[in-house]
Amino acid sequence: MAAISREEVAHLARLSRLAVTDKELDTFAGQLDVILQAVARVGEVAAADIPPTSHSVPLTNVLRDDVVIPCLSPQDVLAGAPDPQDGRFRVPRILEEEA
Amino acid sequence: MSELIHKPAAELAALIAAGEVSSVEVTRAHLDRIAAVDQRVHAFLHVDAEGALAAAADVDARRADGAALGPLAGVPVAVKDVLTTKGVPTTCGSKILEGWRPPYDSTIVTRLRAAGLVILGKTNMDEFAMGSSTEYSAFGPTFNPWDLTRIPGGSGGGSAASLVAYEAPLAIGSDTGGSIRQPGAVTGTVGAKPTYGGTSRYGLVAFSSSLDTPGPCARTVLDAALLHAVIAGHDPADSTSIPAPVPPVVAAARQGATGDLSGVRIGVVREFGGEGAEPGVLAAVREGIEALVKLGAEPVEVSCPHFTYALPAYYLIAPSECSSNLARFDGVRYGLRVGDDGTRSLEEVMSLTREAGFGPEVKRRIMIGTYALSAGYYDAYYGQAQKVRTLITRDFTAAFEQVDVLVAPTTPFVAFPIGSRTSDPYQMYLADLFTIPSNLYGGPAVSVPCGLSEGLPVGLQIMAPTMADDRMYRVAAALETVVPAPVPPGL
Repeated sequence: MAAISREEVAHLARLSRLAVTDKELDTFAGQLDVILQAVARVGEVAAADIPPTSHSVPLTNVLRDDVVIPCLSPQDVLAGAPDPQDGRFRVPRILEEEA
Repeated sequence: MSELIHKPAAELAALIAAGEVSSVEVTRAHLDRIAAVDQRVHAFLHVDAEGALAAAADVDARRADGAALGPLAGVPVAVKDVLTTKGVPTTCGSKILEGWRPPYDSTIVTRLRAAGLVILGKTNMDEFAMGSSTEYSAFGPTFNPWDLTRIPGGSGGGSAASLVAYEAPLAIGSDTGGSIRQPGAVTGTVGAKPTYGGTSRYGLVAFSSSLDTPGPCARTVLDAALLHAVIAGHDPADSTSIPAPVPPVVAAARQGATGDLSGVRIGVVREFGGEGAEPGVLAAVREGIEALVKLGAEPVEVSCPHFTYALPAYYLIAPSECSSNLARFDGVRYGLRVGDDGTRSLEEVMSLTREAGFGPEVKRRIMIGTYALSAGYYDAYYGQAQKVRTLITRDFTAAFEQVDVLVAPTTPFVAFPIGSRTSDPYQMYLADLFTIPSNLYGGPAVSVPCGLSEGLPVGLQIMAPTMADDRMYRVAAALETVVPAPVPPGL
């Protein structure tokens, strides 16, 4: 049985903000199925009582002193933006106009 | 062609320090070599000839003034295109960052510059360091100088190929699942993954933050150790950077070069002794281990039962982290923006941008990660993979109670033909079978040449405990005294 359907892959693509084509969906559905069936092997390991590891370095809450240090200028930061405007990043409208 | 390009970095640095040759001459020799061969090798995505010659002239001027220079001052280095370089294009092998010029240097690059190294340019890589062949670069593959129809490994194939093409004496890579070591193995060069947290990730464009580790690539073990010493050490700008002294890697490489390994216990990983690897690779590795034993090392067979689950655990953890990290490429702050014609919503523009900007392997991993992290699947996939990560770490800890280092092949197969594994992505993942455990554990590991199989280089991998990077350099340098790096055919 397939681990994942074409419809589920289409849903994942939407969640991932990827406007994939129908042709890509056909390819990805088969490939993701192979990959997911292979990685599902982790389920063979008896690990119910084992704590998870998210990170190999045992450091938590690394903070620095609260002092002002130099940082990038707005001009430098905006220099690589696709559409800077008035010292800001311009984006398409995210709210509908009030009716 | 200048003979300078064949010299190890340590020797070039000594010649420059003695005033027998200038950094400008050394740099120009390498730039000339790049101009002559890189059309065929495609190790570089960007060559910064002007910046390199200026940096070299600066080192020469400081030397003339009698300034104290570092041990690699004036020596050229190639930098993987995943590390930011101020004002110099940084693409990560992706269309989504094509033309982007970062406003700051990564810590690794800052340290290279401060030590007087000369940055030649940026090397090719699988897009966002996801791949094992450099075929997933959006700008075309790199070709292995051993056989231009074959892959140079990945993701850092450009860095490894630049060394074996004599375009650079040193290179920087990054290793998330083997991206320094596997290219090292299949090009017959030395590639070292330092302890995670031993080298700074500041300015290393994130793929999988709990695994990404920048490190040195070189043609000799001593050169790799010298470069390691330059780039390693605590960095306050990286909250996962380990606040401890750099292990004595250069001294260890020199000690190993005496060829004496008496008292060193090497653990041969039983689970990595056969399944999934080519017979020729296994034979070369066996000979490499026998050579270490002749030098005085004591072999001990050890079992690491969970290592066989490292590959599936990694291919859940790394995509999960990548799906989160790559959310930043949304067409707002840097790079590509597609479809912003005044009629489309922000979400549509983001989706079109990411569709156009990312290649197939990056898309696959983002979707796998999104799946593994989603409600209903989290426990069975990501959560379970994290538990397996704990068990792999315990396997390492138990093994290092018996032995000083572990040895295994670096990669199951020699350089494969370009195009032979791209249609089945999982076949590509298998290249990382032996390199992944050290990433999940966080300890250092190095690939060092150990002969040929079918005329192509094989790498022996030496894994050490966390923050004991010096141990792997000692063993690697000892092996180098009896198994010299293979000499590639001329280009």
